[in-house]
Amino acid sequence: MMENVCLQPASLSLLMPMHLVLAADGKIAQTGPTIAKLYPDRDLSGLLFFDCFDVQRPHNTTTVADIIAAKGTKLHLTVQNGHQTTLKAVGVTLADGLLLDMSFGISVVDAIGIYDLTIGDFAATDLAVEMLYLLEAKSAAMMESRKLNTRLQGAKIAAEEQAYTDTLTGLKNRRAMDHVLERFVEADEKFGLMQIDLDYFKAVNDTMGHAAGDHVLLEVAKILVDETRNEDLVARVGGDEFVLLFHRLTDIEKLNDIAGRIIKRMEVPIAFNGEHCRISASIGTTVSDYYQTPDVVKMLGDADLALYASKNKGRACYTVFTNDLLGRAM
Amino acid sequence: MHGLINRSLECFLNDTYGTDVWQDVVKTSGLGFEKFEAMLEYEDALTFAVLEAAAVRLAKSTDTLLMDMGTYLVSSPNVKSLRRLLRFGGDTFGEFLHSLDDLQDRARLAVPELDLPKLCLLGSPDSGSFNLVCKGPHKGFGWVMVGLLQAMADDYGALVLLEHQGCGDGVEEISIALIESSYTDGRDFSLADPVRADA
Repeated sequence: MMENVCLQPASLSLLMPMHLVLAADGKIAQTGPTIAKLYPDRDLSGLLFFDCFDVQRPHNTTTVADIIAAKGTKLHLTVQNGHQTTLKAVGVTLADGLLLDMSFGISVVDAIGIYDLTIGDFAATDLAVEMLYLLEAKSAAMMESRKLNTRLQGAKIAAEEQAYTDTLTGLKNRRAMDHVLERFVEADEKFGLMQIDLDYFKAVNDTMGHAAGDHVLLEVAKILVDETRNEDLVARVGGDEFVLLFHRLTDIEKLNDIAGRIIKRMEVPIAFNGEHCRISASIGTTVSDYYQTPDVVKMLGDADLALYASKNKGRACYTVFTNDLLGRAM
Repeated sequence: MHGLINRSLECFLNDTYGTDVWQDVVKTSGLGFEKFEAMLEYEDALTFAVLEAAAVRLAKSTDTLLMDMGTYLVSSPNVKSLRRLLRFGGDTFGEFLHSLDDLQDRARLAVPELDLPKLCLLGSPDSGSFNLVCKGPHKGFGWVMVGLLQAMADDYGALVLLEHQGCGDGVEEISIALIESSYTDGRDFSLADPVRADA
């Protein structure tokens, strides 16, 4: 086995382009070519190491003896050239001084720009160039992914805005309801309009959780679809608010029958995870026959008044709009 | 085929021959959409349908089109990133040639789903004559490499002679004669990313 390895400065520079040899008094005796690039306008030979580099860690490292005492601990340095580039370094003792090998660490990203470094400035075994490659390749890939995400997000929002369906229950949504109502009015169609508000639904949500609440909404949707005809529209227009539009049905007696049946069916306890959810519904009804020229906003408002009359009567009942209610509301 | 490859083909046709040609290709190939997404995967058949349609529309062979696309990918100002990533392969064209062995792995590091053919450089640096072997599931990648290598040689300022030696058994071979490494100054390259430096 060889006892000592002797290296020519050129070989040392090839292996460690960022090395420094220090004399015992702290003067720089030899520098690798990449270290020389940190001070392009100065020859470092003969200068004091601690004038050119500041050792941040370990603390209070101010002499060559301190570095030797650190016994191969990793050093953190900053270059005193105005750029404050950070370096990592490790030192080994020589017969009459110290050999330090340095690396940029993560600061390599900035260093390549500041010192105009090329691939040849790094040791052949140094992974710095691979890291830079990866950084750039990943940033490019990320940018493409971000663009795709933004486009998909935009498409999703556009699709949601155009949707006519309530995603939870599969019923029509407010947008669809507005659309159909508008069409009925424009085509001068006769129709009945019901506003439905669930009673005690908040209590189910609060005490049994949102999963139970969602389950109840699905059951309610089923009942509403059951109790209406294909040509009618069932829309969920709020958390627990629904609107039914009955096409060419303005017979109050029939509408009240339907309202009664809906309330009765909703009062049947709904099983969920071994427990029973109990709800009911308050309903307000109006029909297009009541108006000389039906107005969408007015009809929805009137049905709402009737609905609140039902709530005031103690919930779980239905009310047909009359002008009386208008007076009472004022 | 990965969206990056499809999107490259789309940008090459669009930038080089204009939107009208691209619209014709979209129609005749039955693509059904106008833009490939770079980060999605597509059926291989779509890529070949686009390539065939473009060859017919432009009255060129698919080989020539693929070669031109290889040149475009390195030299067009609209796609700067690939040229930069390839230049990370080495300080000289010779080093770059040897880095091609790692290209498949490098591409996978950046985009794991991107499966490029395996490249293998044979020959000695002393003679300056090499053979690049491309092994992959799709024929035609070798032609892209011919165009790409020519453009990279110009980029490094090297003088080279390239020849596609044909293909057989899923393998394409390209002969490369490196006549002079620094024939011209080539194009500037700095490891520092100009985009990052601006930001």
